[in-house]
Amino acid sequence: MTDATMGQVRPERRLSVNWVDLGPFLALAALMVVGFLINPDFLAINNLTNVVTRSAFVAIIAVGATFVIASGGLDLSVGSMAAFVAGVMILFMNALAPELGTSAIPLGMLVVVAAGALCGLANGAITTIGRIEPFIVTLGTMGIFRALITYMSDGGTIPIDRSLRDAYRPIYFGDVLGIPVPILVSLAVAGAGAFILYRTKFGRRCIAVGANEEVARYSGVSVARIRTLAFVIQGICVGLAAICYVPRLGTATPTTGVLWELQVITAVVIGGTALRGGRGHIWGTIAGAVILEFIANLMVLSDFVSEYLVAAVQGAIIIVAMLVQRLSK
Amino acid sequence: MTNRLMTAVAIGALLAAGSALAQERKTIAVSIPAADHGWTAGVVYHAEKAAEEVKAAFPGIDVVVKTSPTAPAQVSAIEDLAAGGNLDALVILPHSSEELTTPVQAIKEDGTFITVVDRGLTDPTIQDLYVAGDNIAVGQTTAEFLVDKLGGKGEVVVLRGIPTVIDDERIKGFEDGLKGSDIKILDIQYANWNRDDAFSLMQDYLAKYPKIDAVWANDDDMLLGVLEAIGQSSRTDIKYALGGNGMKEIIEKVMAGDAMTPIETPYPPSMIKTAIYMTAANLSGQVPIRGSVKLDAPLITKDNAQEYYFPDSPF
Repeated sequence: MTDATMGQVRPERRLSVNWVDLGPFLALAALMVVGFLINPDFLAINNLTNVVTRSAFVAIIAVGATFVIASGGLDLSVGSMAAFVAGVMILFMNALAPELGTSAIPLGMLVVVAAGALCGLANGAITTIGRIEPFIVTLGTMGIFRALITYMSDGGTIPIDRSLRDAYRPIYFGDVLGIPVPILVSLAVAGAGAFILYRTKFGRRCIAVGANEEVARYSGVSVARIRTLAFVIQGICVGLAAICYVPRLGTATPTTGVLWELQVITAVVIGGTALRGGRGHIWGTIAGAVILEFIANLMVLSDFVSEYLVAAVQGAIIIVAMLVQRLSK
Repeated sequence: MTNRLMTAVAIGALLAAGSALAQERKTIAVSIPAADHGWTAGVVYHAEKAAEEVKAAFPGIDVVVKTSPTAPAQVSAIEDLAAGGNLDALVILPHSSEELTTPVQAIKEDGTFITVVDRGLTDPTIQDLYVAGDNIAVGQTTAEFLVDKLGGKGEVVVLRGIPTVIDDERIKGFEDGLKGSDIKILDIQYANWNRDDAFSLMQDYLAKYPKIDAVWANDDDMLLGVLEAIGQSSRTDIKYALGGNGMKEIIEKVMAGDAMTPIETPYPPSMIKTAIYMTAANLSGQVPIRGSVKLDAPLITKDNAQEYYFPDSPF
């Protein structure tokens, strides 16, 4: 019965999806042109792969955030959660390393994804069962996860065991056919996310819940279940991002992932997902994450912005990008 | 040394009063920011170590360490610590100068000895003792090393932290240190004293400048990100990548004779320990210590690295 109602909406939605989804990519293309004009090095293949690889953490987390936001939620805890689960992963692998050697790494990957899923489940369950605004719940868990990583590291650093370091490094620094591994991971995550959001019953219900909670409920959708699952997906994505993050510097610290939540939310919104829910665009989100990282890169490569004004220019570019999208619609 | 001091204290006490009152236990309260990044974690570690050691060395002195996550929390904490009315000394590393000045003054008026560490209060007359590092020297010592090693010419890039006095002073010291040489600063950008931000910024510097002779990150956390970015780039033009603060991971590199990071300049979190020891000396023996102590930022090389190496500290 739910599908019947959804089915009626779909053809119309599809048309608009294509147009709105195009917006962030047009913005990205415009940014590349501007970047090239400012400094030709901008389009050097090395610079491009560096920047896109760097955007992978935020992109992967933002795919999960697309589900949460599309379903009418919000998760402020993702940055702290990334630091926390990365810490859990490193401690777990270090504990196993003496006995298992490098096979501790795949086990660590399973643990970090499970840890992320549990953190997401906690966010979702408190939000839905406790009937508390997700903003407040995740503000609370943001503090909790941040404190836990600080406690686990005594405020310092949790380094990965030296015996694992070299074996694990390629997950960030390695490539397959010239494409860095983190980019492949984020493409895979986005592909899976797009499939779930656009092609499954759950995905359509996510959108329905975000668009109008009451209507969704009267249509027989379990709003609490859908929202909780969205938070679990978010948690899993944070775990996957941590898998790519840990090998880069080989550490987790209390400053890992600080303010990622804002970058993630910005990427999602630049990508065309409505902050109030009811609309989600996975590929747009990926473009949003890449745009953010390119803007930061461009600030360094250009010479005419004072170091004191970088944040202001970045903010202005984001607002202009949003305006361009709004007007082009 | 400690024994002799102890004897002196005991004799002094006997001579002074000969009564039980003189042997009353004295209390030093230590109020510091909670560990939220490497340097503050080091401060907490050294404060706790100093508390242990001072209590063992001076049985007549009790040391209470209290950490606070924010300035308002620190105000509450010192008010609680002083509430009993018999606080003999307060050693404080203030979260912020403005917010802590009045509360510390109130405690001072009860006759408590005030030791301020690192960040000064807005009214310096409140403090009896001030212990701090030298941020200008952190930049200057590094710059002088580079001038010497690069033969007075070359091109460097700089990563700075967060817009604060500490950051400004380090950058100023560095620029002053380069004066008169032909070393050119290609670029200075903020990387928030954060490893990940420093990694990204260094990648961007490498993309922007085909030749860089040396990199200075004005904090060791950032240096770790910088080294990772250089390692990945397979660039060979960078001769030196230097930091500052005295993080143990970097001191280890210096001790191992690392070619890219052969030196370090300290802004040591152990200054809290220096302050606690001096305060204890004042309470215990008749040791005049009022004034300002500025710990220098000498060049740490392979030869003297041991002095600044705390393997058990988180920083």
